[in-house]
Amino acid sequence: MRLLQLSHSDLTRGVEALRKAFRVEAPLPERDHFVFGPLPAGAALDLSAANTRLSAKSVIYPASEKMLRVSLDPAKEDHHVYREADKDYSPRAVLGIRPCDARAFTLVKPNFDNREYRDPYWVRSYECSTFVGLACKSPCSTCFCTSAGGGPFDTAGLDVLLAESGEGFIAQVLTEKGEALAAAAGWSAAAPEGAEAALSAMKAEADARIVSRIETEKIPGKTILSLFDAPFWDDAAFACINCGACTYLCPTCWCFDIQDEAHENEGVRMRNWDSCMFPLFTLHGSGHNPRPNKTARVRQRFMHKLKYYGDKYGGGIHCTGCGRCVTHCPVNIDIRRIASLMNGYEPDNACAL
Amino acid sequence: MTTQLTENIRKIAARLLSEKTVDAVIGFREGSVPLMAEPVIIRDPKDAEGLVFDSFCGVNLANYLPGRKERIGIAAKGCDSRNIVTHLVENQAKRENLFIIGVPCTGMADRRKVRKALGGDVSSAREEGDEIVAAGPAGEVRLAKKEVLQDNCKTCTHRNPVISDEMAGEPVPEQEGVDRYADVRAVEALENEARWKHFEEIMSGCIRCYACRNACPLCYCPTCFVDDSKPQWVGKSLDKTDTRTFHFLRAFHCAGRCTDCGACERACPVGIPVRQFTKKLLKDCEELYGWEAGVLPGVRPPLDVFKLDDPQDFIR
Ligand code: SF4
Ligand code: SF4
Ligand code: SF4
Ligand code: SF4
Repeated sequence: MRLLQLSHSDLTRGVEALRKAFRVEAPLPERDHFVFGPLPAGAALDLSAANTRLSAKSVIYPASEKMLRVSLDPAKEDHHVYREADKDYSPRAVLGIRPCDARAFTLVKPNFDNREYRDPYWVRSYECSTFVGLACKSPCSTCFCTSAGGGPFDTAGLDVLLAESGEGFIAQVLTEKGEALAAAAGWSAAAPEGAEAALSAMKAEADARIVSRIETEKIPGKTILSLFDAPFWDDAAFACINCGACTYLCPTCWCFDIQDEAHENEGVRMRNWDSCMFPLFTLHGSGHNPRPNKTARVRQRFMHKLKYYGDKYGGGIHCTGCGRCVTHCPVNIDIRRIASLMNGYEPDNACAL
Repeated sequence: MTTQLTENIRKIAARLLSEKTVDAVIGFREGSVPLMAEPVIIRDPKDAEGLVFDSFCGVNLANYLPGRKERIGIAAKGCDSRNIVTHLVENQAKRENLFIIGVPCTGMADRRKVRKALGGDVSSAREEGDEIVAAGPAGEVRLAKKEVLQDNCKTCTHRNPVISDEMAGEPVPEQEGVDRYADVRAVEALENEARWKHFEEIMSGCIRCYACRNACPLCYCPTCFVDDSKPQWVGKSLDKTDTRTFHFLRAFHCAGRCTDCGACERACPVGIPVRQFTKKLLKDCEELYGWEAGVLPGVRPPLDVFKLDDPQDFIR
């Protein structure tokens, strides 16, 4: 790890320099919020967002992604044969991503890239990206990253982490990819003596500003069935309207649905984000739905995030504590509240029955 | 601080449950985040203590009625009561199974407006008389509630429930002389091209999460047309035509039924002003049929009936 010092103009010049070697994606303003997207030519990098409304997962894993294309036009040589859709996997710089969203990629990687399966679209998209994070000096009241395994200065999943300091930034260059990006951006000024101590102090201060927590410590010790059969799910799920807001905004929700679409002679096979909160998600062709009601769906979401994920992938929760679902659920279903219910649940002694 | 209204709702709910007038009561409990309250169903009179009502109760509780078999007590503000009327007309609820606790309403706070006024994250909020006291990055701010009302509440003319079995408070004065359709007229006045652009702009960024649809009490179809797969009417990507089809068709399905409760707009996680689609139809229904949805118990909405004296002759 190397520490560099950047002024604001170093950053601005660096972004312009990066455009020569990278596709640059960054938070872009939209309505009353920000979303990640390609930084338009000439546009300045805007780092004022507390966080983007939708997570940065869309950079690697878009809401709708063409995988294959096909032509039914007999005049074409490869008609009726599915081909890879055109993709751009040239180097990409993702600027201004928050530590929770960068860490989310490390949480979803075991799903998209493991010994059994390698999702080619996710993997290539991830591998061509270099992540330049922005540390959170003023976290929101709904951020609970520190109890979810991360933190406002967490470096997991990042290649470079910028922290605003004085008249500019202290940049931690964390990986070889980060070194290459710093070189391309022309960032080389070593941070002054004492930068490391300053960074630790800022980190401690930011950690202390996280006031919200998620309680999951006792969940790994409980059995799946005891939690599954717990009596609180109906009450916890009552308000839920089974929309896709929580899962679509979430940096770690990874489910998709595959669709074929054709227009005249041209067709595509695409994948679109899907959500375990939709009844359609588990509807079988037979008409049977193994998760037939709202309670079953809400339970699935939280059991997956807080229990199954940790059990399957060896610890931790499938949540970075970004707080998006907490803030934007239209009916105030709160993962922290549900986690407390699960964490505190002690089934009555089964032998007594 | 508990308001009189909250106290009264608790008392009525506890009584209904202990006297077994109803099996369950639907209301709100205190939110876990500022400016929110969570819809809840209670069955034990003791739980009535947890009920609240304040300016953060913007969810339309009528949405929780379709398909319920029990006898339900429901706290209903003006718009909720109108959607209950609509449910009764459309056979989504049975009058004899409902005990409507009427809640006079002075409008709901729009959490986006409060967030904007504070310049970011809202760390706490409470209501004091006509003010919302909210804390944000720059400290505590007092906001006049009327400045941060949901847009639909600003022009609401049915703050008092249109139907109820017992009122939880004295009726509030209705807003007089509000111009309900200034926004629609502004769109009507646009040239075709500009109007198209306007709709493109307000729809851009829609992620098709369907929070708007699912928050709406009218959208109770067992399978929505966008979810149908045999046949599949609409594509599922973020294709513009498909997204438009969803919004426009949904709006038409709500024509003459929409009460402008604002639940859809309030639910959208990315701030799409979806009421822009339904409001034009509201205005048309008022102008063409002198109709306001959910106000007349027992009367079917105009697009749902055929009358022999219909002025058009296309159906004869
Ligand atoms: S928890 Fe909230 S955001 Fe998620 S599906 Fe339910 S209502 Fe929608
Ligand atoms: S579950 Fe909620 S808080 Fe956790 S990562 Fe997803 S959106 Fe963020
Ligand atoms: S308008 Fe908003 S709530 Fe409705 S589908 Fe689009 S993003 Fe979701
Ligand atoms: S369309 Fe929107 S405003 Fe109209 S009844 Fe449904 S939720 Fe309410």
